[in-house]
Amino acid sequence: MNQKENGHIRKKILIVDDSEFNRSLLSDMLSDEYEILEAEHGMEAAGILHNQEQEIALMLLDIVMPVMDGFETLAIMNKNGWIKSIPVIMISAETVPTYVDRAYDLGVKDYISRPFDERTVRRRVVNTLILFAKQKELEHMVTEQILEKEKGNKLMIEILSNIVEFRNGESGLHVLHIRTLTELFMRSLLEKTDKYEISNKDIPLVCNASALHDIGKIVIPEEILNKPGRLTDEEFAIMKTHSEEGAKMLERVHVQEDEPLLKTAYQICRWHHERYDGRGYPDGLKGDDIPIVAQIVALADVYDALTSKRAYKDAFSHEKAVNMILNGECGTFNPLLLECLRDIEGSLEKEFKELSEKRDSQKEIMSTVEQMMEGGELSVSEHSIRLLEHERMKYQFFATLSKEIQFEYTKTPEMLILSEWGAKYLNMPETILAPREAGFGIEVFNKSDFEQLLMDLEATTPEEPMVEEVYLLNINGQGRWSKVIARSMWGEEEPPEYAGAIGKIVDIHEDMEKMNRLESRAAHDSLTGLLNHKAAKGQISEILAKDEEQKFILLVFDLDHFKDANDTYGHLFGDEVLKYVAETLKSSTRNADICARMGGDEFLVFMPYKEEAEPQVKRIFNLLCSKYKEFQISVSIGVAYAKDCGRDYDTLFHMADEALYKAKRSGRNTYRFYEEAAESCCEQ
Amino acid sequence: MTVKECYDAMGANYEEIISRLRTEERVKKFVLKILNDKSYDLLINSMEERNMEEAFRAAHTIKGVCQNLALTRLYQSANELADMLRGRQEYEEQMGPALEKVKEDYADMIEQIQKLEV
Repeated sequence: MNQKENGHIRKKILIVDDSEFNRSLLSDMLSDEYEILEAEHGMEAAGILHNQEQEIALMLLDIVMPVMDGFETLAIMNKNGWIKSIPVIMISAETVPTYVDRAYDLGVKDYISRPFDERTVRRRVVNTLILFAKQKELEHMVTEQILEKEKGNKLMIEILSNIVEFRNGESGLHVLHIRTLTELFMRSLLEKTDKYEISNKDIPLVCNASALHDIGKIVIPEEILNKPGRLTDEEFAIMKTHSEEGAKMLERVHVQEDEPLLKTAYQICRWHHERYDGRGYPDGLKGDDIPIVAQIVALADVYDALTSKRAYKDAFSHEKAVNMILNGECGTFNPLLLECLRDIEGSLEKEFKELSEKRDSQKEIMSTVEQMMEGGELSVSEHSIRLLEHERMKYQFFATLSKEIQFEYTKTPEMLILSEWGAKYLNMPETILAPREAGFGIEVFNKSDFEQLLMDLEATTPEEPMVEEVYLLNINGQGRWSKVIARSMWGEEEPPEYAGAIGKIVDIHEDMEKMNRLESRAAHDSLTGLLNHKAAKGQISEILAKDEEQKFILLVFDLDHFKDANDTYGHLFGDEVLKYVAETLKSSTRNADICARMGGDEFLVFMPYKEEAEPQVKRIFNLLCSKYKEFQISVSIGVAYAKDCGRDYDTLFHMADEALYKAKRSGRNTYRFYEEAAESCCEQ
Repeated sequence: MTVKECYDAMGANYEEIISRLRTEERVKKFVLKILNDKSYDLLINSMEERNMEEAFRAAHTIKGVCQNLALTRLYQSANELADMLRGRQEYEEQMGPALEKVKEDYADMIEQIQKLEV
């Protein structure tokens, strides 16, 4: 937190120097008036800047440093735009001119040479701060003026177009719709082509100009303008003059020639009723002879007319309107623009709805902001710093409460910042430089998992920035299932550049364990612990579908005269026999074999074989035919080859079941293979 | 020993340092810090391991510290060594004597600083 003295916030100075001696000497000279932050090298400085860019008033930077030297630090400050908000003073002992020149080229404001002299250091710092503040102030004033001017422009345009709409009997929404459509079409068009002489930065201008497309309607007599029925040819001819009239009005405005807003508005007014096939008015222009901005507004106008209620028609649905335009029912348009319409079709309805909601809330926000600014006890920058500090405090507070590991990842310089609680919990520093190589990326995460996560994040888009994945993490030496939920962060440039990500790691170990247990419980027979039939079927089907050679056999068997055991010795004894059989099966089969109890005294075994299957069938048969306490166990087994079943489990089971039936019919206590001919069966 | 006597004994410029750092107390505080500074050890080790880049940084740091404290004699020898090391990857014959001079001046300086009354 900033310490306040006499109501002033003490400015923060960041000293970046690998020599602890130099840092403390400078700190000693400055700490009575400034709050001092220290960094040992550029990487550490970048970490601090990343977090507190807005709060640092000035930076003292050494050049020769390990890990990341002063030049690299300046390069990163340029890349991230920090150099614009933080003045840098060089403090290197190097006075070689090439060094100094390069530093100035990279945006350094001043240079303090060694040896440090207290008065010089303090004076330079103060001077740089004052100069920088003046420059900021000027910049601020200029931006304010530009904003003011734009606001004026926009206001006039809105008044004008609202007058037109008012006379027109249209809701004020029409102009807003045209603006929004124009913007959407332009963005979409600019993604497709650069053949027209417009760019992203023209969007606000064209949107403003689009609002003026119908100003010519001011000269159209009201009876015609608002006639509920169809216009006569004569009336329509008058109506059509509005595009030319509007253009004339703009022509008569005498400001600088080629004023971009007027020029664009002129094109839009005059030619927004031209048609791509040359059958429009007033000039019958064809194809791209019609300025693209006019083409865009023409399409926007038609679309909005279709979806709005008018004196002579009801509103069509968005789908219907798009279909009518695409089918050519409302004139001919530039095929590229029709493509744009198809692309943005999905988002149109939503945009319009939000537009009508936003219109009211925005007014309120604006007036609140204005009131706050008029209050005037805070300067803008001081005010935003305080807001920022509040935000951070809030963030830290909630982060501590939530007991989650929260993190922030930046790509350049590559580093990971953990929430305070998360860092403590993992026993790691809050700022981790080069996390791919450091403890976080190779100890907490499995290295390849971490790389994969970073790749997944980078592969997202600003529209769909979320990544959610479950990993087995190493938390203080303990393997714990954890869910990582993260979203990528993007820069403001066009197209936006991937900047990093924020996210959290939630421990879901207990839930995962519970789910695994439940899954396992659902798959197993509770008495014997063998799989149940359903689970076995699932596993076997999977093998049948995948395996190439199909060298498996399925054994289906039941216990002979098991009912006697139950009747003679009771059900509990019967259960014991079943458990005993299950244990025998478990101990006499391998892991790759699948054993299951299907229910009652029926079991199955699915196993691979190499050359011949019979020896292992015989082995299992012999093992099962044993004595449990007083009860002599004997079994009847039916066997079928997987290669005969055409990869279908039910067929395989049916075959084995038939073989079992034959084994029983031939007197039990035997095994039979399913085959066309019964000779190959072996009897015991 | 007072700060002034100490400065005179190790070939350092007392007038200059008082003019720059303003108080004798501060001069003393930072001169004593040299006893904890690891740059000298780093220089010696790096020279032995022929890690010229690291050696340059260490010599550079010593030079900077000396310059800041007006420790003229050691500054001069450290400066000479740093110039030889700048941008070099390999050890060169002439570095040997330059390093010896730094060692000698450093030992002398430490001996004097240790006599300062705390």
